[in-house]
Amino acid sequence: MSRSYLPHWVHWLGSPPNFYRFAGAWRPWLMAAALLAAVAGLYGGLVLAPPDYQQGDAYRIIFIHVPSAWMSLFIYVSMAVAGLVALVWRIKLAEIVAMECAPVGAAFTLVTLLTGSLWGKPMWGTWWTWDARLTSELVLLFLYFGVIGLYNAFEDRRRGARAASLLALVGIVNLPIVHYSVQWWNTLHQGTTVDFLDPARSSIAPAMLWPLLVMALATHLYFFASILGRTRTGLLSLESGKQWVRQLVSEAAP
Amino acid sequence: MNPVRKRRLIIALLILGAVAVATGLSVFALQRNMTYLFSPSEVDAGKAPDGHPFRLGGIVAEGSIHRVSGTLTTDFVITDRFQSIPVTYTGILPDLFRTGQSTITTGRMEHGTFVATQVLAKHDSTYMPPQVAQAIAKAKQENRIPRDAGHGGAP
Repeated sequence: MSRSYLPHWVHWLGSPPNFYRFAGAWRPWLMAAALLAAVAGLYGGLVLAPPDYQQGDAYRIIFIHVPSAWMSLFIYVSMAVAGLVALVWRIKLAEIVAMECAPVGAAFTLVTLLTGSLWGKPMWGTWWTWDARLTSELVLLFLYFGVIGLYNAFEDRRRGARAASLLALVGIVNLPIVHYSVQWWNTLHQGTTVDFLDPARSSIAPAMLWPLLVMALATHLYFFASILGRTRTGLLSLESGKQWVRQLVSEAAP
Repeated sequence: MNPVRKRRLIIALLILGAVAVATGLSVFALQRNMTYLFSPSEVDAGKAPDGHPFRLGGIVAEGSIHRVSGTLTTDFVITDRFQSIPVTYTGILPDLFRTGQSTITTGRMEHGTFVATQVLAKHDSTYMPPQVAQAIAKAKQENRIPRDAGHGGAP
């Protein structure tokens, strides 16, 4: 027997029936909080925030574009960490979490690319250009697609999840490229505006910054709510023959 | 950690490390091709490809925008404050195109003039309300703050 380094609740939560109940209890609250934050953030961003000195009202797309871009990176990290746990410890729950991250992350990446494109046409003068930031974000979308495709290419779901987890883990090398592309190379895409390490260096007015941060909170909450829900259905389908699922079904439909 | 898991962890991290090194080397090797644009100084130093289209980036020089009446042709000068290159372009300019704006043009050199086929305006990473921008401009005019200070307006 190997000694456990983890607190008791981690083991408790790792068991599918426990996680199923835990996720079911938390999901509605997280989703409600996400909705509230999104309404507040959009009201602050679209109504209260002043127009920009150069772009007028067109800049307001950042309230969707920037939180989505942050999420496209954040979800990838979550997926890779869950994937590493799945690869090393072979925990079923980690496999499902990693695989369920991919469609949500792909959706946020797509939103990032589309909103950026819509903004780029009037502001830059082009829908698309092959600069380092745009290209690496597109590679990120393809990585998400690769993970989804690889997972579904296997007959054995658990083997598929482990293969796709390895791809997710390896793809993490793209994340620093996405983030630092605007510093390492001359790009058309502008540099970093919000500096979390040194907020005083952020070059955005406070009236524009707070709706942006509230929107970032909303997208994070939405991701957590969504991943809990998706993992619940993933557990049900993977454990469909197990005693606890049968019990659940018989309770629901006597 | 039991030996099997430890071995799996080490293998996973080794694969990750190998891919990171491979990616790092490729990116380093492609450094020149990853460069999106050349500045007027780099063009002057002969670093830009000769006879091939490339991107020229810089700031639209003050008072250099000249529209040819009756056509969509615009002449202007791209500068990086060290070297300047005259540019001519026929077509629709983006909203952000104006004097002092970071701009990226695609085209080729023809007899000392850069003939652009595309003009893109680069947005700086500063977001502020118009009132604040006016106040800063006023303060600069009255020399209250140095011209290049603060607000991350670097192109």
